[in-house]
This record gives sequence, structure tokens and C-alpha cells, in this order.
Amino acid sequence: MAEPARPLLEVRDLVVGYRGGRTLFGGRRPAAPVLHGVSLSIGRGEMVGIVGESGSGKTTLGRALLGLVRPASGSIRFDGAEISGLAEAAIRPLRRRMQLIFQDPMSSLNPRRTIGRTLAAPLRLHEPQQARAEAVRRINAILERVDLPPAVLRRYPHELSGGQRQRVGIARAILLRPDFVVADEIVSGLDVSTQAQVLRLIGEISRDMGLAMAFISHDLSVIRAVCHRVIVLRRGEVVEQGACEAVLVRPQAAYTRELIDAIPLPVPDPHWLVPEASAEGRARRMA
Amino acid sequence: MTDALLAVRSLSVVSSRREGGPILRAVSLTVAPGEVHGVVGESGAGKSTVGRAVLGMLPRTMQVTAGAISLSGTELLTLDAARRRRLLGAHVALIPQDPLSALNPSRRIEAQLTDGMRMWQGASAREARRRALAMLEEVQMHDPERVMRCYPHELSGGMRQRVLIAAAFMLRPKLVIADEPTTALDVTVQRQVLRLIRDLQTRHRTGAILITHDLGVVAQICDDVSLLYAGRVLEQRRTAELLGEPQHPYARALLRATPRYDRPDQGLQPIPDAVMAACRSEIAHVDQQLDQQFDRASHG
Repeated sequence: MAEPARPLLEVRDLVVGYRGGRTLFGGRRPAAPVLHGVSLSIGRGEMVGIVGESGSGKTTLGRALLGLVRPASGSIRFDGAEISGLAEAAIRPLRRRMQLIFQDPMSSLNPRRTIGRTLAAPLRLHEPQQARAEAVRRINAILERVDLPPAVLRRYPHELSGGQRQRVGIARAILLRPDFVVADEIVSGLDVSTQAQVLRLIGEISRDMGLAMAFISHDLSVIRAVCHRVIVLRRGEVVEQGACEAVLVRPQAAYTRELIDAIPLPVPDPHWLVPEASAEGRARRMA
Repeated sequence: MTDALLAVRSLSVVSSRREGGPILRAVSLTVAPGEVHGVVGESGAGKSTVGRAVLGMLPRTMQVTAGAISLSGTELLTLDAARRRRLLGAHVALIPQDPLSALNPSRRIEAQLTDGMRMWQGASAREARRRALAMLEEVQMHDPERVMRCYPHELSGGMRQRVLIAAAFMLRPKLVIADEPTTALDVTVQRQVLRLIRDLQTRHRTGAILITHDLGVVAQICDDVSLLYAGRVLEQRRTAELLGEPQHPYARALLRATPRYDRPDQGLQPIPDAVMAACRSEIAHVDQQLDQQFDRASHG
């Protein structure tokens, strides 16, 4: 794939810290830095995996990319426009072009709204002048895109399976034809068979719509299956980034190597359980 | 197998609250001392119910309708409740999935580690404390004295899981049941925790049932494996055989659906509808045979 002239999303030296909580007597605890100087770029239509363990700052990074957290310093440019530090009103025109798919659709879908109402909400908000018939047509088209039957429109979230709910989450995110989506651990709660279906769907949608995606996951096998590039995050810093194949076959950072070696493959490996021998065992297996 | 530590034979469990078939149907498996038997399947397959049935911890809404469970030759299901509790309390331990909800947030680690020994073995406080410290050493916990004084929230997820492993091995159990023990952990911590379980269990010749949804975990730690679907064992073999040459179409399909970073061209193939249909018809067929056997037995 040819590198486009200007990336869709460009992040420079991003620093994010959450303000410390109040102490017992009203003082402020010092801020805990979550991201220290992260730089990355995502091209149009590019799927970029963000991998890291808990506490690596991957979820915070995802939220910062959407302008949902206010950075302490650094710049985030979306299609050339600076969005870091902008007030919500100033970001709003860009909102429809950037969307979020959540990890747990059960808690991100309103339990008291039918799927139909949930899917109609973004259209009403962003395109209030649109005729009702047109909105219905678009919702039906999007349902078909994510392989859900029209009958789900009358259902409530608890009436759907986990895989169906995650399809609704995807449908809601792509309804406004965004350019960029952050997908935060969207398959980690699903069974392997459902996971395979959802990942295939995500790959197809990204290709068909030219959708760029920051695909956040703790699972390198999942990232390898759908992403072009991967960014390895550890304690708020980028340890390594590059094409998936290069990073997974010849990792440069010791931490990346450690992360890869720890993945249990469904192939018995006597070295996996033995601390010293594991690296060489893995090298042999990959050869 | 005659030297089985645990033998589950044709175990069936039904739920009074769920319609549409039993939770478990004719499940049989054995665990030998020092071996790990993996119970693997997707959600709703009945994996956890197997562990709970062995532990005598089925929820009130579930009943065992057929089958037998024996531990070192003692039949558990026909034993009276008090004796069964004593036997299980002294010889069978559980390593649960979520360490935070398994530990009491308002009690120090020391109290929680020593409870079992004092209750089941009548150990003195000092004896139990000595054993707890030794156990924390054995799970490679740094500064055991300090950990004993901690409350659960003061420990990381990996440390809490180590505490639970220490607690499980406190009474030198014959059998350990680990229910998704590493599902909530990061991969690097998962590997440490699985190493620890394997190491302790091999060293003390403890038998183990490992319940998991992850075929990768099965591959690395289990000697035998039972693949469950809809409460039935579809395939049960040595781990290397099942993963190397899966016989059942569902086992093959499940392996093909599992994403593999080392083989990106394989994996991620959704399970074909035909395979699921074949599973359902096979189950219906087996059920019919079991029902006929049951009818013959009850009329004969």
C-alpha cells in the first residue's frame, strides 16, 4: 500500500496525566502520568493495532485520539486540524468523522432503548434535517452490512447474544460513515467462534469503507489477524512500532519479545513452561 | 483407569430454571495424580459445572440426575453431607478465576491463608502461620511477612492470584480445580501463574482439573483434555493428540477459528453452520441412545 501524503491522524509527543485525587484534608495528590511523549500516525484506511498490558495506557491513548481526554502537552492533528486542547464545541463538527466501539456492548448500549432507537440517535443528532424514511433506509442498510436481521431493531440489548450486541456497537459506529474508528478490546469478551466472525467483519468494513482504525487489544494474535501495523505500548511509552509481520517475526525490543513469547499457542511446546529455554524454543518453532 | 485419583462417570446435571436440555449429559473423565486434565469449551458448554459438581458446589437450581464421582475410590455422591464436606475440604481445593472477588476485602492475607488449616486440620495459629509463610515462599512471593499483613487491595492482580494458589496448596490437597485461573491476567503474568501451578502440582503429585476457554493454555499445561459442547464431551484424548489431529469436526473448526500470530493465513475461520448442525444432530442421536438405555434399565 502506498503511503498517503498526509496521514489522517498525526500525534506528536502526547503527554496525558490524570489529576491526582483529593487527600483527606483537601490537598491534591500529584498527577499520575499515563502517557509520556507518544508519537504515532495513522493513514487513511489503515488498521493500526495498539497492544499493551494493563496499565500501559492503551485505553487512555484511544480516548485521547478522539479528543475525549485533555492532554497535558503534545499535538493531535486529525485531517490536518489540531484537536488537542480544543473545547467540546469546537471538536463537535469533527465528531461524526471519528467514532468509538466499546469493549462491552452490554454496558455501552442503553438497556432501556430498543436497538432501533439506539441506532437512530446519531442520525437525529448529526443530521436532524434528514427525512425519516431516509434514516430508516440507512439503518436497514447498515444492519445488512453487519449481518443482523431487521428484527433486532425492535429488540433490547439483553435479548441479543454477545456477538449480536457487538455487531450493533459496530453498526452504530459506522452509521455516520466516519473516517476513523477507535475499537477498544472489542472481541475480548467473545468466544473464539464469535470472535472470528466479528474480526472478519471489521476487516471487510475497513476495506470497503476506507475506514482507518486504532484497534486496541491485549492480544497480538488478534491484532496480527486484522491490522497492517502495530504499536507496542508499555507504561505510557511506545516501545516499538512497525508492520505487524516485521514486529512479530523480528521484534526489536526485549519487551515485545517477552510479550510474544508469553502467548500460548494451541501447539504443545515443552519450552513454554520452562523460563530459560523458552526463547530458543520459540525461535525454533518460528523457523 | 484403576489408579485414577478422580473419576467422574456418566455425570448428568439438569437445571430447574433453564429450559431446553441438561447442563451436563453423560460426562466422564478421570484425573491421575500429578496430571492436569483440561476441560475446554465455549461459554455455556458446562465447563464450570463440571468443577462445581466435583466440589459439591452446584447452585440450588441444579441437580445431579445420574452418574458417579469418586475421589481416591470413595464415592462422593452417595456420601452423607457432613462426611462429604470433610473429605472435600481436606483434599480438594479450588483456584477461582477472579482473585479480587474470591478474597475477603476486609481481612488480612494471613487470616485468609490460615483459615483452612485451622478448620480442617485443627492446626494451631502458630503452625498455620508457619505453613502460610512457607507456602508464600513456594509461590515465589517477595517478602512473605509483609504480604501476610496486607489486605487484598494492596496487592496486584498477579500477586492476588499467587495468594490464591498458596491458599489452594496450603492443605496439600490431592486434587486442585482451577476455573479459568488466568483469564483476567496479562499474558506475561499468565505464563508465570501457569508455571507456578504446573510446578507445584507436579512436585506434590497433585491432580488437577483446569477449566479454560483457551486452547493455547490447554496446549501448554494439560496432559489430557475434554472438549465440551452443550454439556457433552465431544472429544477426549491426550492433549498433543487432540490438538495435533483433532477427530471431531467441532474440534477442528474451533482450532481453525483461533487466531494465530505465527500463522496469520490460518485461523479466524468462522465455524461453518454445517459443523454446528452436525454437532446438534450427533447430540440428539446420543441422547436418544442414552434414553433408550435408561428405559431398558428402569424397566428391566
